[in-house]
Amino acid sequence: MAEVEIPKIKVAKVNVAMTVNSRAVSAEVEPRTLLIHYLREHLNLTGSHIGCDTSHCGACTVDVDGRSVKSCTMFAIQAEGATFVTIEGMAAADGTLHALQEGFREMHGLQCGYCTPGMIMRAYRLLQESANPSEAEIRMGISGNLCRCTGYQNIVRAIQYAAAKLSGLEFREAAE
Amino acid sequence: MIPGSFEYHRPSSLGEAVALLGRLDDARVLAGGHSLIPMMKLRLAQPNHLIDLGGVTELKGVRADGAEIAIGAMTTQHEVIASDTLTERVPILREAARQIADPQVRYLGTIGGNAANGDPGNDMPALMMALGATYVLRGPAGERQVAARDFYLGIYETALQSDEILAAIRIPAPPKPHGWAYEKLKRKVGDYATAAAAVVMTVLGGRVATCAIALTNVADRPMFAADASQAVIGTALGSQGLRQAADAVEAIAAPAEDGRGSAEYRTKMAGVTTRRALERAFARATS
Repeated sequence: MAEVEIPKIKVAKVNVAMTVNSRAVSAEVEPRTLLIHYLREHLNLTGSHIGCDTSHCGACTVDVDGRSVKSCTMFAIQAEGATFVTIEGMAAADGTLHALQEGFREMHGLQCGYCTPGMIMRAYRLLQESANPSEAEIRMGISGNLCRCTGYQNIVRAIQYAAAKLSGLEFREAAE
Repeated sequence: MIPGSFEYHRPSSLGEAVALLGRLDDARVLAGGHSLIPMMKLRLAQPNHLIDLGGVTELKGVRADGAEIAIGAMTTQHEVIASDTLTERVPILREAARQIADPQVRYLGTIGGNAANGDPGNDMPALMMALGATYVLRGPAGERQVAARDFYLGIYETALQSDEILAAIRIPAPPKPHGWAYEKLKRKVGDYATAAAAVVMTVLGGRVATCAIALTNVADRPMFAADASQAVIGTALGSQGLRQAADAVEAIAAPAEDGRGSAEYRTKMAGVTTRRALERAFARATS
């Protein structure tokens, strides 16, 4: 007979408020609600993906108060009052793509696309901290994001493309 | 994976956190959460109460206090890497922190959580043993200090009592100049060490004057390798000294067989990483 798990304690829901993509949001959630579920299920922001659900793959990466965070390994309540950027907040209001989104499109930085929101959000913070990273810095910078399709080559080029565009430089491909 | 239910508490001072920990039944403290939250998602941990230290600002930051460096337990690995004080005074910490997990995890993972967790795969314990660091523990009866070398008792078993919180780590800053190295053999980014060795040494007149070696993930706890450290002191770190140190390390290594390799292989790698760390530390001390 299957064991039925009896909750050890009954916990009231709490109101968790934060700023997501420049918009004030709030939702009633249990303290155990993970940030990724808060975003996807309570705010209907389904761009951030659940890949491994064990803090390895980085598909759920969002930007929280200037840090790249794996939102599967943080409780929403820990982020009460925080300021977020998710993939939905990257493009301009008129639909103009962010340089990183453009880079991933131009450089074919994705195949299935599952890891892409996490890759872009991680690269977003990486470029804030280092405007013109070397290839090695890019590779170490996205080492917490797994892609099973591309072999990373075009992802690195996409980030280089965005770094050049954001710095007002012309993107030049390194010789093969 | 959904963790079990818990009540959430967010104290704003260490005193308040210690009081909550003493008063609440079945409570755990939450630091960066990158060990505890995965355990909770697997229901290997199911505390009734979670005391989040994220709002306790007094636990954050790096302070140089004369010959000693004090690091608040809630200082993140990202902040360790970015700290000018640590880069200048205790550079082995930066070198090691860069090899812990990945950038996202380092933004949240804390030095205190890494040190106090008691997982033999954590990297900070061996570093703190090599540096001769002291842990400042705060409990209901006040503060006490425990040497890192006396802190680790077994897997997830430490000298930290259930009503205590690790508040800070105090490190005697190594002299200038000194040599250091953290050699971590791992299969990929984010992996625990197959074997790793931390070395802090000083060299006088071409000979090793002081040396401390400690090991990560080659037993059920991090280990200070006293015999190996002693084996190289007074030598010019020639092939004989290196071999004696590696032999002494292999004699105390007792790793389990796992996905990283057989016990025999991981034992051998404890010797190899020790040898590499010694060579690199010696080169730095004499450059």
